[in-house]
Amino acid sequence: MTALAITATSLISALGRGKAATLAALHARRGGLVANPFPGIAGGGFIGRAPEVETHRLPAPLAAFTCRNNLLLDLALATDGFTEAVAQAVARHGPARIGVVLGTSTSGIASGEDAYRARDPRSGALPANFDFAHTHDFFSAARFTQAALGLAGPAFVVSTACASSARAFVDAAQLIAAGVIDAAVVGGADTLCRMTLAGFAALGLIASGPCRPSDAARDGLSIGEAAGFALLERGADSPFVLLGYGESSDGHHMSAPHPEALGASAAMRDALRHAGLGADEIDYINLHGTGTVANDASEDRAIAAVFGDRVPCSSTKGFTGHTLGAAGIVEAVIALLALEAGLLPGGLNLTRVDPEFRAHVLSANVERPIARVLSNSFGFGGANCSLIFGCR
Amino acid sequence: MLRATILGIGLWGPGLFGWREGRAVLAGANPFAHAEAKPPAPLLLPANERRRAGPAVRLALGVAEAAVAMARNDHPALDPATLRAVFASSNGEGAVVDDLLKTLADPTEAVGVSPTQFHNSVHNVAAGYWSIAHGGRAPADSLAAHDATFAAGLLKALAETVAEASPVLFCLFDAPLPFPLGACRRTDFAFGMALVLAPQASGAGALGQIAARFDPRDAALDRPHAPALAALVDGNPAAQSLALLEVLARGEHRHLAAPLTTGHLRLEVTP
Repeated sequence: MTALAITATSLISALGRGKAATLAALHARRGGLVANPFPGIAGGGFIGRAPEVETHRLPAPLAAFTCRNNLLLDLALATDGFTEAVAQAVARHGPARIGVVLGTSTSGIASGEDAYRARDPRSGALPANFDFAHTHDFFSAARFTQAALGLAGPAFVVSTACASSARAFVDAAQLIAAGVIDAAVVGGADTLCRMTLAGFAALGLIASGPCRPSDAARDGLSIGEAAGFALLERGADSPFVLLGYGESSDGHHMSAPHPEALGASAAMRDALRHAGLGADEIDYINLHGTGTVANDASEDRAIAAVFGDRVPCSSTKGFTGHTLGAAGIVEAVIALLALEAGLLPGGLNLTRVDPEFRAHVLSANVERPIARVLSNSFGFGGANCSLIFGCR
Repeated sequence: MLRATILGIGLWGPGLFGWREGRAVLAGANPFAHAEAKPPAPLLLPANERRRAGPAVRLALGVAEAAVAMARNDHPALDPATLRAVFASSNGEGAVVDDLLKTLADPTEAVGVSPTQFHNSVHNVAAGYWSIAHGGRAPADSLAAHDATFAAGLLKALAETVAEASPVLFCLFDAPLPFPLGACRRTDFAFGMALVLAPQASGAGALGQIAARFDPRDAALDRPHAPALAALVDGNPAAQSLALLEVLARGEHRHLAAPLTTGHLRLEVTP
């Protein structure tokens, strides 16, 4: 594929608001996970909570969109100069030539959870002020973002579970390649909510302490929340680019990874093929690395099959938690920060790499200039997505 | 301009039980009679998965399978395991989401939800079961755009067909939502349709051609000519595809508009 310029990015997560806060936390090896304070939610564990959400308000004309997920998105829009960069892209391409493709797994479902707790005891009806379309609905995230930025191109949400916001890059790249649009706002958000905390607890996948991806003693994941964006533009000048993407399905099970990780390795090989790169041209891999026993073992087999033990890799979910549908954009922005700062972040809470693992897992930060990073995101339904970012 | 050839069609809606029956109704050869029926069980799924599949998954897999089977009549090399897929649905498996929300809101259910229900609540549950059914490794996307789901989904499937120079299965579906979620989002009946799209004129077995583009001007949705069919359009977001299906059934040449949140998808359909 033709490399696509990435002309702006932004991020808010448990590591803080903005790329500088994120990079500082990675440098200092300071994670964002805290003990789960939510009462009555089975599983307990640790969570990664984003700052400022409780005190933030949407602009009055967009107030109908108010829900935790859209508040997170709005904070990300107002971070790292993202909204200003989009305004410049509008001046270049026109608002109708810029699409919005956002990934989310549960959108504003936290508002639906509140509404179900406030049902009329006799009729069972949801409260009259519950605005499903602007909050709970899957599409709410993209609709809000499109309205907030004043864009007029095609907009939709991609929801492939924990691969959602990685997949948003692919969908946007295809729309640009097919000539439908010249630029796209991609990324996404997912919010801490009862549904996912209780759901992963029911699956027995919540770690007792902060998650420890790749560790021999790992015992599950910690859920986080985040929102982030990237602006992709055809023919623009920028130091960083999307070089390739790969996607596949496991075709195996709804929530368990394929034991031989054939889908994951297919996605990584497809990304290398799209980018026209050999396996030895990747300098760092940001793992999906959720911290569950099965995911990390399966992903290690896939990495070893494609890259052997040569390419340093790590999961940054020990810092941010697993931000589910937002994981793709969180780790895309971290991959771009790794390129910009020459920082390969070692896994956090990682005391002993699983001795069964064959890949080259980093447990400490390494600082050196790098040129190309591959980022993996895998989701329920066996949805796999690998993205390759590079310096121009 | 995005151009594709249609190689297979799947359909399930009220009084439209499959493309063969539905085509005669859509073409005006048989009268429309409003009746609902449960979609066929997805026999391709292993027994365990089939038992666990919710109503939206059954609907989606039924129309997807029918479209691919039709396409394979003239293109036997088309393999569902390697066929790219784009699933589009406004609400996904909303009945399972509603059930989980009821459980989570019940203070006596302190322990929580069923793990199977949880993984069946993700929007890409139909895409996931589709690839499980075929042991497929091809990508299976899953999109939502509320009232613009038909236009956005078809636009994305056509763009993927062109960008990847590869056939793509497009599957559009929405199943009725139970109370109280159903009171917030109208879905009167189950409606699903699927198209197998191929990048260029593929000779034998073509059921129609589509040329499409995004038009930034707003336009109203084109509805079927037949009043009884036009009346169905507002009852399910996926039923916005009825005008396209009618044109294909009648073998007409017609321009159609399908609205997005801003602007619309402009389709030119030719036999």
